[in-house]
Amino acid sequence: MITLEHYLVLAALLFSISVAGIFLNRKNVIVLLMCIELMLLAVNINFIAFSFFLQDLAGQVFVFFILTVAAAEAAIGLAILVLLFRNRGTINVQDLDAMKG
Amino acid sequence: MDTIYLLIVLAPLFGAIAAGLFGRQIGRTGAHTVTILGVAISFILSVVVFWAHVFGDAGIYNETVYTWMVSDGIHFEVGFLVDNLTAMMMLVVTFVSLMVHIYTIGYMKDDPGYQRFFAYISLFTFSMLMLVMANNFMQLFFGWEAVGLVSYLLIGFWYKRPTATYANMKAFIVNRVGDFGFLIGIAALVFYAGSLNYTEVFAEAESMRDATITIWPGWTFGLLDLALIFLFIGAMGKSAQVPLHVWLPDSMEGPTPISALIHAATMVTAGIFMVARMSPLYEFSVAALSFILIIGAITAFFMGLIGLVQNDIKRVVAYSTLSQLGYMTVALGASAYAAGLFHLMTHAFFKALLFLAAGSVIIAMHHLQDMRAMGGLRRHMPVTYVTALIGSLALIGFPFFSGFFSKDAIIEAVGYSQIPGATFAYWLVLAGVFVTALYTFRMFFMVFHGEERYDQAHKYMPDHGDDDDDHHHDHGPLQPKESPWVVTVPLVLLAIPSVVAGYFIGPMLFGDFFAEALFVLPEQDVLATKGETYTGVIAFVLHGLMLPAFWLAMAGLGTAWYLYMKRPELPGVIAERLKLGVRILEDKYGFDRFNDWFFAGGTVRLGRALWRYGDALIIDGLLVNGTARSIGWISARIRHMQSGFLYHYAFVMIIGLLVLMFAYVI
Amino acid sequence: MTFELILFYAFGAILLGAALAMISVRNPVHAALFLVVCFVAAAAIWLLAEAEFLGIVLVLVYVGAVMVLFLFVVMMLDINLAKLREGFTEYLPVGVVVAAAMATVLVLVITRYITMEVPERAGPEYANTEALGAILYTEYVYPFEIAAVILLVAIIAAISLTMRKRPDNKSIDPGQQMAVSREGRVRMVSMPSEKKRAPRRSAQGSGSGASDDDASK
Repeated sequence: MITLEHYLVLAALLFSISVAGIFLNRKNVIVLLMCIELMLLAVNINFIAFSFFLQDLAGQVFVFFILTVAAAEAAIGLAILVLLFRNRGTINVQDLDAMKG
Repeated sequence: MDTIYLLIVLAPLFGAIAAGLFGRQIGRTGAHTVTILGVAISFILSVVVFWAHVFGDAGIYNETVYTWMVSDGIHFEVGFLVDNLTAMMMLVVTFVSLMVHIYTIGYMKDDPGYQRFFAYISLFTFSMLMLVMANNFMQLFFGWEAVGLVSYLLIGFWYKRPTATYANMKAFIVNRVGDFGFLIGIAALVFYAGSLNYTEVFAEAESMRDATITIWPGWTFGLLDLALIFLFIGAMGKSAQVPLHVWLPDSMEGPTPISALIHAATMVTAGIFMVARMSPLYEFSVAALSFILIIGAITAFFMGLIGLVQNDIKRVVAYSTLSQLGYMTVALGASAYAAGLFHLMTHAFFKALLFLAAGSVIIAMHHLQDMRAMGGLRRHMPVTYVTALIGSLALIGFPFFSGFFSKDAIIEAVGYSQIPGATFAYWLVLAGVFVTALYTFRMFFMVFHGEERYDQAHKYMPDHGDDDDDHHHDHGPLQPKESPWVVTVPLVLLAIPSVVAGYFIGPMLFGDFFAEALFVLPEQDVLATKGETYTGVIAFVLHGLMLPAFWLAMAGLGTAWYLYMKRPELPGVIAERLKLGVRILEDKYGFDRFNDWFFAGGTVRLGRALWRYGDALIIDGLLVNGTARSIGWISARIRHMQSGFLYHYAFVMIIGLLVLMFAYVI
Repeated sequence: MTFELILFYAFGAILLGAALAMISVRNPVHAALFLVVCFVAAAAIWLLAEAEFLGIVLVLVYVGAVMVLFLFVVMMLDINLAKLREGFTEYLPVGVVVAAAMATVLVLVITRYITMEVPERAGPEYANTEALGAILYTEYVYPFEIAAVILLVAIIAAISLTMRKRPDNKSIDPGQQMAVSREGRVRMVSMPSEKKRAPRRSAQGSGSGASDDDASK
């Protein structure tokens, strides 16, 4: 029997791993984007689990929309990344400090 | 009667609009024709109304013509209350106004603002009629403000002269002070009575006597005392009583017909009229009456004294007006309303006469006003001389002239009065008689008798602006000659009532002429006391010859004759001896100086202090710039937190998330 | 231990292992590939939770489209990997501590507060796709439309961000098109009018003669 806790703990661990990933790969924008995708995946697992245990399809609809938005986000994020690389010749986050106060 | 009343009021308004808005189209002749026609209609109809009320059997007319709005049960209306008091005022106003209109044709002959001037005086007539015919406080206030406005416009008629604009601002501001009190008074009455209508407010008078009002915890006043004193402060502004009198002498900057119409005969008596109209209220407040009595007495005596040292012919008459207004006020304070109104009427005639005579002299002297450059005019201007003599005699109260009756009645009434301050007032008004005679005949002798001093004219030419080059600056020897008929006819017409108006003393003071308009408590009815001994005009005059007032007037006349005719060098010597007194009088007791220093200067200083500390320091410095600066300071500190590095922000987010989660778990 | 649970643990282990590998490998290409593994494992787990449609969508859309996009980009860019790895070990302890703390807290919360009845498994006649479609096109039709617009915006944004101007491009600039004025197109020339030629309308019919006249003017 797979209980709700199984899913949630799995998602929690996945989320923590992606947080650690953000900490470790803090200079590589591509990996940062991947970590964000991973976080979204963890969240989606939670949604799916609750949807199943509550027998309510609304959770799956939510996942559907999150996937849509995440796809859009990935597309635009990568476009910005390409543009960035074209203009700056780097994707090192350390070099991107135009917003410094 | 509705139509007649409306016509009386609206005819001058029509004239004013026609001359004011279409003056260019209708031209000079058109302007004076239409305005004089309007005022003449008013005058004729006023005579009809007067006749119907006094000799006919027309009852009191008290109707609402138009309801403007009703707010919280209070009606804002235009309505007319016409009784004997109103009828008399209407007659005086329209008569003097008509005379002044005619006179103006001659006086303002060369002025470029001819049409404007006629529009103003017609507008004034309209406003004054609205004031005296009002049956409610709102209309009274409207008229009150409207005459103030026209007075402002007319004092500053020659608006290119700095002195004239200064004088009209002064008049307006000082009147504003009075009007503020007036408004408070009206508000207090309306607050208590819940109505603006005279009759309804008067009906509450008895019950208002015991009502009190607490302005501040521990400051409790009788409602009626407070309201009426505030109302009287309004009257003090309009009728130029000490200390709000300062505007009237300066108002002589306006053209002379205005001085006659507004600042002697009609507008300044609005305060007197108002108090008389409110007699059903004033009778119940001894405190207010006392206040009025003392203010009036001070004005009557001390303003007369200033008249002694003035050299400008119009200013002498102006101070005489102040003094006479003081007499009227004293009469009101002594509950002798009828005497006050009687003096108002006679004064309107003889003071308008004196002003117009002065104007006639000024025309002859080519707009020179200083008496030191006049003299001997008797030979050149016989009509003006005779009429001015009549006016002067009426003013000092010479027997059988109108002033004698009215002034005697006032003095005796004050003598009979029992309210606090009456004795003080009695001695002041008595002394005032001597002063009146002295300054009046000082002026008269200096202008019409003695040697001709025209060659000194250039020394006393008023240093006015550059607008009226066409008036003087012809430096040849002055050849004064009699004024044209449009000037002398009004003089003659005004001289007639100046003589005969006094003979109405019987019905007006001791009869029942004002019985339905005025209300006097029996225990305060000084005129009734006097009336017990009244048997007729001749007897009144004979009785008056026994009284000190007459002998004081004669003494004043004699002194003036001795000082200015017999020994003309003596006044200089006396002035040398009494240097301090003359200084004080020439300084007008320092009212102007005090006002300039305390009120005007104080306001400027207060404003400057508020600007420097309130505005520049607190608002600009602390609030506006201070906010900006403190935000700038804080931002300068915390901007270092914004590294611009993505991962810093991510860390902060994650750590914040952690903290929140820990808070949830614990 | 049921078969389901065995499957769950197996795919869960793959998921977590691939995630750990993804965050720790040097090469972004490898990281992307590990992410693909993650998604596939997650899709399997979603199937266990009766979310068949979404599981398949995850594989098709994410693995098939988004991750391929990632790979394209990674390979397209010439990245100095050494520089990007700087400070990896330096931040390792911090990352581990934070992640561990977060995992602890989350697990604590989950195990302490959240329990739910395990529902009955749906029968073979249950179609997840059909059920999802039924509510997606009725109850959630407006959000669905908005999602479509968001995707459109993303397409346009991505294209307009990355598109480069090429000199041989024949595309139209709408701004210039709108700014066209009459003065830019037509030039009025004032010149002396020509002398009228002698009429020559003897042989021809009136209709063609008229048109001829027009032309000559």
